[in-house]
Amino acid sequence: MFNSLSDRLTDTFRNLKRKGSLTESDVNATIRDIRLALLDADVALPVVKSFTGAVRERALGAEVSKSLNPGQQVVKIVNEELVSILGGQTRRLNLAKQPPTVIMLAGLQGSGKTTFAGKLGHWLREAGHTPILVAADLQRPNAVNQLQVVGERAGIPVFAPERGNVFGHDAAMDSGEGTKSFGDPVDVAVDGVENARTKGHDVVIIDTAGRLAVDVDLMRQAHDIRLETQADEVLFVIDAMIGQAAVETAKAFADGVGITGSVLTKLDGDARGGAALSVATVTGEPILFASTGEGYKDLETFHPDRMASRILDMGDVLTLIEQAEKAFDAAQQREMARKFMAEEDFTFDDFLEQMQAIKKMGSLKQMLGMMPGMQQMRAQLDSLDEREFDRVEAMVRSMTPFERTHPKQINGSRRARIARGSGVTPSDVNQLLERFGQAQKMMRQMRKGGGMPGMPGMPGGGAGKGKGKGKQQPQRKKSKSGNPAKRAAEEKAAAQRQEEGAQKALGNAFGAGAAQGDDMSDLQLPKGFEKFLGNDSK
Amino acid sequence: MENYWEYIIFASIFLLVLLSVVVGLTRSRLRSRREAEEAELEGEFGEATGTDLSPDGQRRSADLDSDGVTTTPGDGEAEVVAEPTSQIETPESARGRLARLRARLAGSNSAIGNALLALLSRGGLDEQAWEDVEDTLLQADLGVEATEELVASLRKRVQVDGSKDAAEVRQWLREDLLALVNPSMDRTIAASRVGDRPAVVMVVGVNGTGKTTTVGKLARVLVAEDKDVLLGAADTFRAAAADQLQTWGERVGVPTVRSDVDGADPASVAFDAVAAGIEYGADVVLLDTAGRLHNKVGLMDELSKIKRVVEKRSQIDEVLLVLDATTGQNGMRQAEVFAQAVNITGIVLTKLDGTAKGGIVVNVQRRLGVPVKLIGLGEGPDDLAPFDPEAFVDAIVG
Repeated sequence: MFNSLSDRLTDTFRNLKRKGSLTESDVNATIRDIRLALLDADVALPVVKSFTGAVRERALGAEVSKSLNPGQQVVKIVNEELVSILGGQTRRLNLAKQPPTVIMLAGLQGSGKTTFAGKLGHWLREAGHTPILVAADLQRPNAVNQLQVVGERAGIPVFAPERGNVFGHDAAMDSGEGTKSFGDPVDVAVDGVENARTKGHDVVIIDTAGRLAVDVDLMRQAHDIRLETQADEVLFVIDAMIGQAAVETAKAFADGVGITGSVLTKLDGDARGGAALSVATVTGEPILFASTGEGYKDLETFHPDRMASRILDMGDVLTLIEQAEKAFDAAQQREMARKFMAEEDFTFDDFLEQMQAIKKMGSLKQMLGMMPGMQQMRAQLDSLDEREFDRVEAMVRSMTPFERTHPKQINGSRRARIARGSGVTPSDVNQLLERFGQAQKMMRQMRKGGGMPGMPGMPGGGAGKGKGKGKQQPQRKKSKSGNPAKRAAEEKAAAQRQEEGAQKALGNAFGAGAAQGDDMSDLQLPKGFEKFLGNDSK
Repeated sequence: MENYWEYIIFASIFLLVLLSVVVGLTRSRLRSRREAEEAELEGEFGEATGTDLSPDGQRRSADLDSDGVTTTPGDGEAEVVAEPTSQIETPESARGRLARLRARLAGSNSAIGNALLALLSRGGLDEQAWEDVEDTLLQADLGVEATEELVASLRKRVQVDGSKDAAEVRQWLREDLLALVNPSMDRTIAASRVGDRPAVVMVVGVNGTGKTTTVGKLARVLVAEDKDVLLGAADTFRAAAADQLQTWGERVGVPTVRSDVDGADPASVAFDAVAAGIEYGADVVLLDTAGRLHNKVGLMDELSKIKRVVEKRSQIDEVLLVLDATTGQNGMRQAEVFAQAVNITGIVLTKLDGTAKGGIVVNVQRRLGVPVKLIGLGEGPDDLAPFDPEAFVDAIVG
């Protein structure tokens, strides 16, 4: 059982690469791999079918058979198709010419509408608007209450004339079927818009009750709210974890309520989020936002390209960078940068710091999984125990401050003491010190220009052929230009070089070899990286 | 190969050094600006909310003591809320529910059965027909692996027996599926007093699957069976979650132990609830916990801590994972991680009344051996029912 499309395709193409050109049966095998991978990522079946159809057509076309590396070409096609369906470019919210702009939220129960309402409110206020939330969820127990708390936390006013369901039941009819409301949400929504008009709020966000696609009455009610308030945007809020039900649900909401865009929530989970593709295809409307956490600030505009890599499980360096950024505070980052520039040696103190950071970033397996090219390692990774980390940490913690900064001074008796202190054998300590020395050496070499020898003694080490090297532009490293634009460019190049080096080192280290490495870095890294840096220089 | 770990650790640390260098070089300017903004915002709302949202919006930071003894019992944080409601309802007994719910379950899912029937009755089973069988199973969120296995076994059987009879083939498929769901598993909820202490049931899951609702409905089921129930509102994070639980309890005259401050330590509340349950001689203590995504290490640690702390007072007899029936393949990951953190003993499949089939539980059961114990089928307060493997399978194959 494979884990990801990259795994599958890598495997398929390992054979194809030798051939140089694709036959129809190769394409069929590839299409099947893509199909399974998409299904594994929870893309809905009808969507998978139409999608693979489109890919097949292009894969059989001239662009593939003429290309030098057909396998890579197919991955590229899949990626491109995904991005184009997911929206190609990010759409912005349509604001009404005549305020207030009315934004209505609709979706299944538990998809995150109320939480998203608070986030959107906060986001709009940051953008200079004066939003107000309207509590039109009168069904779910204490939903009004929740919206008020959310509003308070985010500092957004809430319009809540009705208390809604405060009796603690889900709102079934007496017959036990269907759903009833406590008060009229349509009235509340209309009053909410009117209230905003008089009070001078320029955006109204209407939080509606969660409803099932099969509940005809409730769907009509949502439609009524839309008509009566003349909503400018109807956002369909959907959980990124949803499976095959995504298609029918999205269709029901698109037909029954009429939506203008979607929002993907709980993207901070590890679901691959195939629902994004399903929803975008079925509704034909773009995905506007991605909700990535529980705080009211955790809202992002949706990035189709990142989502595509996520669905394909191709690794996501940008997310990795973001997580690293969260794990280190600014002072630590500056310190690391300074050390790097000043060519100071990497010490055990740094090592500990990094380990803490890794722990904060979550599961090591997951993190390594985000690295392009690491997918091949997954089988081995899965069988490893993360607690090994603690053993290594215990060893470092058994060192004195002097030993941590001067690893070379750790002699035999010190080693014995460290082993006793951390409950391991002296040979474990020896190994740690040996690896550490190698890591230090690697750092030094990297500073000298990115040539990456790989860790000596690694299993399968040195298998890489150094293709990455050729791509580096000759560039002086430490001279900093006075011109900010130029300096930015230099930094960018340096960063790129470092990243490439790191990747290659890892590739070497894990025996993944250059084949995988160049595959991915071609596709992903430079492009993603430019964007990341580009955002900054603004 | 035995030293693989060290390579990995060094490689990842190496990677992190690089990342931090890159980030440090490029983001320091941006960072200082953002910090200023955040400080401003914190000043505005930090006090008003009374919660500990850290500057980057991460909640409930991992300030957990690893040995889990930071909680002092009876620190006055939590209080038992008495039930002031005069009209206490008597909920419907669980036994009568099944027939009604079975009808509804079968009705909502019959599309698959029909499709299967239609294609099987076409006569010849060609490649296309097999693909359609596969598709119908895939659309029930059964997952690629289980589907392929099922179809392969069915194909083999059809080849050997040479049957073209649709009803018979469907019967085989039903048998295979049923074997996957394994009706022989123990699906009872441990909800009777154990010795001289109440049974403790903890409910866990990711956000928005319906944990609080499940606890409320489960309380009603247990009240209908003449049990003394006590609720513990250990969801101290989500706005108004404790209120929601309390109102569920009030309707059937069940007291709720909750904290009167927002963002209290959930382990402390859970501990107090169990302590109160022991003191009052309750039969069952139901603990509601906050929704948490399974990949947030800090939050999963918090959950383990709740369990550890409660276990200082009493064993936890049942840990129920609430899974949303719409969840796709990610449900498997959720179950795995929750099983690791708190050793789940049962699954509650909620929102099964929609278009969702909840096929992912087949995988979960198969791989983790954790049985589905309850299903939630609707918005009604008494729409929680025991899981019935036969009805579930019938709903998929029609």
